[in-house]
Amino acid sequence: MRELNVDVITNTVENLCIESNYFLPRDVKKALEDAVLKEESPVGRETLLDILKNAEIAARNQVPICQDTGLTVVFAELGQDLRLVGGDFYEAINEGVRRGYKNGYLRKSAVDDPFLVRKNTGDNTPAIIHTTIVKGDRLKIIIAPKGGGSENMSALRMLTPSEGVDGIKKFVIDTVDKAGSNPCPPVIVGVGIGGTVEMTALIAKKALLRTVGEHNPNTEVAKLENELLEEINNLGIGPQGFGGRITALAVNIETFPAHLASMPVAVNIQCHAARHKEAVL
Amino acid sequence: MSRIINTPLTDEVTCNLYAGDRVLINGIIYTGRDAAHKRLAELLERGEKLPFELNGQVIYYVGPCPAKPGNVIGSAGPTTSCRMDVYAPVLMEMGLKGMIGKGSRSKDVIDSIVRNKCVYFAAVGGAGAMLAEAIKEAEVVAFADLGPEAIFKLKVENFPAIVIADTEGKDLYKIGRSKYQR
Repeated sequence: MRELNVDVITNTVENLCIESNYFLPRDVKKALEDAVLKEESPVGRETLLDILKNAEIAARNQVPICQDTGLTVVFAELGQDLRLVGGDFYEAINEGVRRGYKNGYLRKSAVDDPFLVRKNTGDNTPAIIHTTIVKGDRLKIIIAPKGGGSENMSALRMLTPSEGVDGIKKFVIDTVDKAGSNPCPPVIVGVGIGGTVEMTALIAKKALLRTVGEHNPNTEVAKLENELLEEINNLGIGPQGFGGRITALAVNIETFPAHLASMPVAVNIQCHAARHKEAVL
Repeated sequence: MSRIINTPLTDEVTCNLYAGDRVLINGIIYTGRDAAHKRLAELLERGEKLPFELNGQVIYYVGPCPAKPGNVIGSAGPTTSCRMDVYAPVLMEMGLKGMIGKGSRSKDVIDSIVRNKCVYFAAVGGAGAMLAEAIKEAEVVAFADLGPEAIFKLKVENFPAIVIADTEGKDLYKIGRSKYQR
């Protein structure tokens, strides 16, 4: 059986934390460049150009794109034929986060309890770790730092099946509408439909990892993605909420089978600094 | 074209700024976000002195990244302002003239902006690397234990911002949106 020392995981997580925060993914950059051409509002265009300029400065100076370097969301896909040695898997990931946020001069944005003292943990741990067991003998790690501004504008609702596609559309559009300028548009809208309350939130988050411009393989779902994108961009919120045509760069929907009685919908909003980076060990 | 303005702000300056105007801010500004505002409110409640003179000043809602060696400050873009809405009116009553952040404000804040002849600016959210380049000096002046949420005194040169809410009660978020809504 293939073995992997958890020290390798720590080192990888450290690097991914730093690189994901310094370098905007190429697909997001391309989507922003396309948005400049489509944006009708002069101030909207200038804002998009500022965002692109910022990404260049961050890459050149090797500093974070955004000061909100997020809670560290980690997706780990662990091959069932891989044996981890040398220590605890979750502690290895958290140690990588600790080192990455220290050595990369990233902001520590985690507080130790959510509503009492709210003391900063000082090292950005604990990471939010989602692990799945997959075939094979490899370990895939995706690091997706998630800022608070856009996360705060996210929402979940348990719709009834009779509310149908119209109910889904209304909820998604209302959520983006209400968020307005707060989540740093242009945003990427991750939508989860189906499952249980926690599953729908999880698939909405996973939807944010998709390459911008790619659609759900199900053509009906892809059609809904296009319709939602158009209607969201008709809201007029525009880049940073200053008014304009480009409020969202993409709407990504993931679905899951649901209970006879339920149609849960989660909307996870991602700011334009849509950061994620992966490695396979 | 951006207008160059200097801090501290006076009524003469704020009354001539209008929603949608682009500005380049020069001078001293102070940082403050959730935890620092909570502490300022506690000081006021106890009747104690604030750690800096508010008159004419500008507060920038930001929690910067740590500075890399050789840099003044780390990335430093605006945070969402609405979380400071409960604290902002009393600070404006006491002389605060400007706020820099992102996102819409409550009716209470907008009313207070009009009443006290203040101004609310937005900087581009998520452009922290670019905005940090306009920050030339940074020093913690209060609540160092809060880390990124401490109050920093910043010296800025041509810090780019846009007027969202002006002394006439106009709001760029509403104006901009109505123009492009379909």
